[in-house]
Amino acid sequence: MYLTDLIPMNCASNSDSVAFTAISIPSDTGEARKVQEEIESQLQARQVTEKEIFSVRLALEEALVNAIKHGNQMDRSKKVHIAYRFLGDRLEITITDEGPGFDPLDVPDPTAVENLERPCGRGLMLMRHYMSEVNYNETGNSVLMSKVFRGANGKK
Amino acid sequence: MSSSPPPARRRRLEVESIGDITVVNFVDRKILDEQNIQIIGEQLFSLVDEDGKKKLLLNFSNVEYLSSAALGKLITLNKKVSSAGGRLILCNISEDILEVFEITKLDKFFKIMRDEQSALQAF
Repeated sequence: MYLTDLIPMNCASNSDSVAFTAISIPSDTGEARKVQEEIESQLQARQVTEKEIFSVRLALEEALVNAIKHGNQMDRSKKVHIAYRFLGDRLEITITDEGPGFDPLDVPDPTAVENLERPCGRGLMLMRHYMSEVNYNETGNSVLMSKVFRGANGKK
Repeated sequence: MSSSPPPARRRRLEVESIGDITVVNFVDRKILDEQNIQIIGEQLFSLVDEDGKKKLLLNFSNVEYLSSAALGKLITLNKKVSSAGGRLILCNISEDILEVFEITKLDKFFKIMRDEQSALQAF
């Protein structure tokens, strides 16, 4: 059932044929790292700038840590479901945890003066900055992120 | 509690003293992994809490990646240093990582200097 949630509805009409690579991992940052490395190695093989790899790596790190730590509360019996695909110059990733979800609007603005000294709450902000698109499902336990790469023609 | 520390608990920081300033270099190029960040945090905090260091200079020249969890540790470290009456300065932050500080507005929160020389003089 998860995958139906994961498939983005707003992508190009002829893109349905490109299958997602789907992986489920226990709530373990070591396992998450393997997935990150896999996606990264696929990025390396494409016309993607170092800066774009930096962006995806950081956003992926933040999203996976959120899913493992905040979503699944580090409960190893709960899984994190990752699905990703490349569509032309675009990468789509969905990360879904088995937690109760959250409302992204409830996350206080970490750049507000009164919150500046709070040691958390910056992950979501970094994801939004570094990816082209970041959307949560209604429950708030699944995030769809996409990144359009301009490396091939746009130069750095 | 009583078990021996895991192998990951090796030293993550290279610490040297220049006058009364404690200069810290990071061993890791990627400060991302949760467990890693935890250990780096503990080792940084102990410089203040246990060793009583007051002037801390963190040199990021070795660091290529940094996540929001690491930023959290730096914020906590800054609080510790400040309440001990000391000062924390960061230097040699790469362009990419500086952007992370700028997005989160932490470039205004921390004292950041371009290189170690100018940072040493800023204490």
